[in-house]
Formats: sequence, structure tokens, C-alpha cells
Amino acid sequence: MQLPFSVSLRAHDIACQRGGRTLFQGLRFKLAPGEALLVTGPNGAGKTSLLRQIAGLLPLADGQLAATGADSTPLDDTPLAELCHYVAHADAAKSALSVRENLAFWADYLEGGESGLAQALNAFGLNPLADLPAGLLSAGQKRKLALSRLFASPRPIWLLDEPSVSLDAASVTRLDAVIRDHLKAGGIAIVSSHVPLKTKFAHELALGLERAA
Amino acid sequence: MSPALALLIRDVKLAWREGGAIGVALGFYLIVVIITPLGLGPDLNLLARIAPGILWIGLLLAALLSAGRIFDNDYEDGTLDVIATGPLPLPVVAGLKCLAHWLATGIPLVLIAPILGLLLNLPIGTFPSLVLAMLAGTPAVSFLAGIGASLTLGLRRSGLLLALLVVPLYVPILIFGVSAVTPYVAGPNSLWPPFFILCALSLASIVLAPLAAAAAIRNALR
Repeated sequence: MQLPFSVSLRAHDIACQRGGRTLFQGLRFKLAPGEALLVTGPNGAGKTSLLRQIAGLLPLADGQLAATGADSTPLDDTPLAELCHYVAHADAAKSALSVRENLAFWADYLEGGESGLAQALNAFGLNPLADLPAGLLSAGQKRKLALSRLFASPRPIWLLDEPSVSLDAASVTRLDAVIRDHLKAGGIAIVSSHVPLKTKFAHELALGLERAA
Repeated sequence: MSPALALLIRDVKLAWREGGAIGVALGFYLIVVIITPLGLGPDLNLLARIAPGILWIGLLLAALLSAGRIFDNDYEDGTLDVIATGPLPLPVVAGLKCLAHWLATGIPLVLIAPILGLLLNLPIGTFPSLVLAMLAGTPAVSFLAGIGASLTLGLRRSGLLLALLVVPLYVPILIFGVSAVTPYVAGPNSLWPPFFILCALSLASIVLAPLAAAAAIRNALR
């Protein structure tokens, strides 16, 4: 899949507070185009919070997050959130709409157009289920529906929160391949996962260690 | 299709598909209006006098019944998270979702109101002003409901709290809505002053409510 442009992402000393408690602080990483970051840590260490901060849903308690273009020009006109695909625990699937209608909405809303819909239907093999209401899908199929959204429109940064939950072995392999292709095309992936993935992660970030120590 | 149109069409489609929205609102409206004459007795003059009030109160309550759905379903299943990373600013998203509520619930309620008026012995001559006043006032009903719906996001059993928050805001709509329809107010100008005030209330809500709702949604997404 062609990306409109590739970006680098830099986090400078970011901190996160939830309910008055500091989950992490002084977090730094820098991701060049084509690099992936694996976020690990025990439950409650702030993995989801970090992804939500990058997606612009959760404010930073401290520090800075910035995306720059390939030639290190700042991307002033596009907010970071609009560079990101965020696939969370919730599948964001509407049970009253068919699989095709669900993905068609995301393709239109995220400005991917007709080609986005076709790619999304093919990405995880949901084409045979296209006319089924999403309410009838199994947990794993709903997960694939959520992951198919990654293809509804090309965006350089993928934020995947436990993407392999309830997927079968073949689909996890497919997920690995999809992430690898995205990185090869110059994209960035930030994945939180307990399950080992075959993707080669350039960086690894272990959250919650300082509190355990 | 543009993102805004896609969101609007999806919301209207969901309101029809999920049944609960329109069917329940229309059914509730029908029941409220039907039991009123049963409770008050067959005094036709009395019914004609209170008909505008009953029709407006029924409409407001019926609209509130489906107001919780404006944002709640999308919040629960994570759709709102993804929508927030989309190309539209959050106030525009909030405005479109309130507009979808008006199209899917407000307009059907307005269209059924004259038929229910027959049950209350409302003079047929007042039907045009009833429909006009309701068409002018119901956008405010949907957009103000959006504020309540966004403030109660993520709360269990939020319906009652939503009603407590929003019904006080409906007082001006109710007062001017009823005075636009009351058949006993004489004179050729009796419709227009309240009608224009209803238009003003709707326009103000269309501008201001999405800003308030967007701020509340931002807060709920944290």
C-alpha cells in the first residue's frame, strides 16, 4: 500500500497521569520511517494510555510528541492524531451494519475512498463475510474487522493495542505480514502486545519497571 | 463521499436500523397523547385548550427518550475514539450527530403531531402553525439534548440524569412553542413572534451546543 508520505515520530520526556497517579514520566523514543516500537509492561503500566496519548485522546502531563516529515520538516498543518490509525481493545464495529457498510463508513470518513474499501475488505479476508451484519461475527472476526480499518485509508502511524487478542494462528501470521509490509512502505508501528510477534521491532519500551523496582 | 456526509448518513441509518430510536419515540408520543383524554374525561373544549401543551410536552419527552443514543453507543464500542482521530473537528462531529438525531427523530415526531392533534380535538385550522412552530423548535430540542448526552457519557442509567439536565433548557422552547399554536390567542400576528423566537433558539443552539458537547466528549475520552 502506498503511503502519502512517511514521517518520523519523536517523544521527548513525556509523562502520563491517571487519577492523580503518575504512570510513567521522562519517556523518550525516536522512530524513523520504517521502524516499529514494541511496548511491554505489566497490566496497568500505561501501555494503552501511551497509545491514547499519541492518538491525541489523552493529554500529555508533560513533555512533547512531534511528528516530522521525511526531510525533517515539521508537519504543522496535520495534527498528529490524523496521521494515526488507532486500533484499541474495543472493535468500533456497529452490529446493525454489515461488514461492508462498517468498512465503507471508515473508508469515507477517514478519506480513503473506494480503493480504501476494496483494500480493507481484502486485507484480512473479510470479503466472503461482506454482507453479514457485524453483530453476527465472532470475537476474532470482529478483531479482523477492526484491523481491516488500517487499510481503509493510508496513514503512516499505526497504534495497535494488543492486536492479536482472539485471533487464530493463521491470522496472527497475517497480522505479522501486514505490519512488515507497512514498515517496508516507510510506515511506523507502535504495538503493545503480550504475545510474541514475528515482526522485527527496532525499539522496545518496557513500562512500569521503575515502579516494580 | 465526504467525511461529514458519511457520518450523517451512517447515524441516520443506524437510528432506523437499530429500531429503538424512532419506533420507541413515536410509540411513546402516541401513548402519552392517547392516555391524556382518558385521564381528563371527554370534555372537548378542555382538550382543545390544552392540546398544544400536551403535544409539545409529549414531543420533548419522546425526543429525550432517544437522546442518550446520540453519543452513547459510539462511546461504548470505541467508535468515538476513532472518529476523534478523523479529519473533522470534534464540534463538527457533535453537530452532525445532533443533526442526525433531528433528521431521524425530530422530523418524524413533528410529522405525526397533527395526527395526534386530531385525538385531542385540536382545531384543524391550527395545524399549519403547529407544524411550522415544531419544525422551527425541534432543532433546538435535538442540539440541546446533545449537550445532555455528551455530559452523561459513560454513566450507567444516564437517562434520568440527562432529563434533569436538559428539561430546564427546554422551558423557553415549550413556552414559545405552545404560544405559537394556542388557538385562543386572537389576531393575525399571533404565530410569528413566537415562531421567530423559536427560530432564534434553534439557531443559537445549533451554534453553541456542538461546542459544549465537544468539550464534554473530549473530557469523556480521557
